[in-house]
Amino acid sequence: MYGIEMVKGLMVTLKNFSKKPVTIQYPEQRVAQHPRFRGEEFTWYEERCTGCASCAKYCPLGIIEIVTAPSDTAVKQGDKYQLEKFDINISRCMFCGLCVEACPYDALFMGSGFEEGKYTRDDMVITIDQLRNSPKNPSTWYRPQLESKNYDPRNGQQLTWKDVGREGWSWHKEEKAGMRINKENKVN
Amino acid sequence: MSCQLQGFYQTNFIYRSLHDIMSGLFPCNLSIILAGLMFAFLLVNILLASTAIMTWGERRLLGRFQTRIGPNRWGPFGLLQPIADLVKLLFKENLIPTGADKFLFIIAPIIIMVPVIMVMGVIPLAPGVAMTNLNVGILYILAITSVSSLGIFIAGWASNNRFAIFGAVRGVAVLISYEVPVVISLLGIVVVTGSMSLLDIVEAQALPFIMVQPMALLVFFIGSSAEMNRTPFDIAEAESEIIAGYHIEFSGIKFAVIQAAEYGAMIVTSIIIAVVFLGGWSGPLPLTLGWLWLIMKVLVVIFVFTWVRATFPRLRIDQIMAFCWKGLLPMSLINLFAVVIETFILKGSGNSLSLIDLWIMCVINTIIAVITVIVLNKLVSTKIDPAMSKSQLFSSRKLSVRN
Repeated sequence: MYGIEMVKGLMVTLKNFSKKPVTIQYPEQRVAQHPRFRGEEFTWYEERCTGCASCAKYCPLGIIEIVTAPSDTAVKQGDKYQLEKFDINISRCMFCGLCVEACPYDALFMGSGFEEGKYTRDDMVITIDQLRNSPKNPSTWYRPQLESKNYDPRNGQQLTWKDVGREGWSWHKEEKAGMRINKENKVN
Repeated sequence: MSCQLQGFYQTNFIYRSLHDIMSGLFPCNLSIILAGLMFAFLLVNILLASTAIMTWGERRLLGRFQTRIGPNRWGPFGLLQPIADLVKLLFKENLIPTGADKFLFIIAPIIIMVPVIMVMGVIPLAPGVAMTNLNVGILYILAITSVSSLGIFIAGWASNNRFAIFGAVRGVAVLISYEVPVVISLLGIVVVTGSMSLLDIVEAQALPFIMVQPMALLVFFIGSSAEMNRTPFDIAEAESEIIAGYHIEFSGIKFAVIQAAEYGAMIVTSIIIAVVFLGGWSGPLPLTLGWLWLIMKVLVVIFVFTWVRATFPRLRIDQIMAFCWKGLLPMSLINLFAVVIETFILKGSGNSLSLIDLWIMCVINTIIAVITVIVLNKLVSTKIDPAMSKSQLFSSRKLSVRN
């Protein structure tokens, strides 16, 4: 008990002493998230969204609120609804990702962010403007089409709405839904 | 009348230069007293400053032992961390619990702190540089350091807290037990040098006493780390059992004083080990750089203390007692007997031991140390914990196979 084992124990700690520290000093140094990380900064492509509100229906917590209005741009080409309100109250969100699974048109993606401390509860609600302006770095969670393209959100590469759909869905390849986005110059 | 310092104080160059400055300004007797006070002030502040650096150093070292970084945010390499800690503790509320003995509660940190500072009085830091050359230096150290156990008990008693009194009782039990082997191990040194003065002990070390009496160093190292309540023996303040032990109710500056006393005790013990066992200021460097050599030795001892703390888990109270009375006490006694017999034979008619005599003692004592450790290990380890003896181990294995 008090013999060579003590020296062995001392040698173990000495071996660890000579190792490089494993600490990552967080605010300065960061660990990159996994590509399939289910995090905040939802990536939303308004061009792909039809306003079906599947995400809101599937959300187990009911924290997604969608209000649509008839579109005034290109109704004949399938652009029947435009979104007036798309609020995600992430103060209660558990990041289950069911909204992303439910989206039939690949318009909503999870993100890689996790630093979402805010000062008020109202700030915790992501509004439609924040969704429009958020960086388009979608997580590859539940989106195998992104992984098959060797896309990695950690590289900082931004994807447009044309790049993120499932292949074989030619419906999206024609520019139908995206027409209404530029409201000012109402093209097409 | 020439204002001259007498005897030992003439050789202490710091004391002498302070006295030279003072004697130009004040009358003779006053200048001697003032020089002494200034030297004492210097020593105390050096000890307290090194205590502050020690807290940082130990945390950094422990961090590296656990493959972490340790405190590094405030100042270069986190060196200003002790200042931040101190400022934090100064601004904390200074609570005195209900039902506490107010006077004893306030005086307890002081009683713990003062012996640590007083020990510095006899420690030689360089050739001739010591507060005083006491001819019973080792006895003084042993007597003074025991007083802090009184402080620990007063702190536990005055807190009016069950965990505090548990910690105090445990701490005093450990301290009284480990005092015995520590004293006996230092007795071996005194027998070889023939003097209790620390200056004489350093000068007698033609061969450092770590080689002449390795077992005495082992016993002194383990025993003193138990007396300081350091981790393998820190049942007096075991965090997982009795939260903080005897200083559970202390907050603010009182807590800071207790912490400073603990780290100061560690520094003082390291200096004593460096002086008594590692040859003090003697080394390959020239004699004027002796203080640097001493500091290097002290740092090595502190590193070993931290290394031991980072390695071993806390022992139970019965294990600690058994280790003291069955392990360390026989070791120190065997060492003392061996040293006494060797000194008796080798000294003969001459007054002091020569270098060859010390080498002979080194060889014999190393062999005795190895044999003693092996034999005691065989004897003690089976008896310390009956549940783990070999016969029971085998029987339990058979049982498990049958089932």
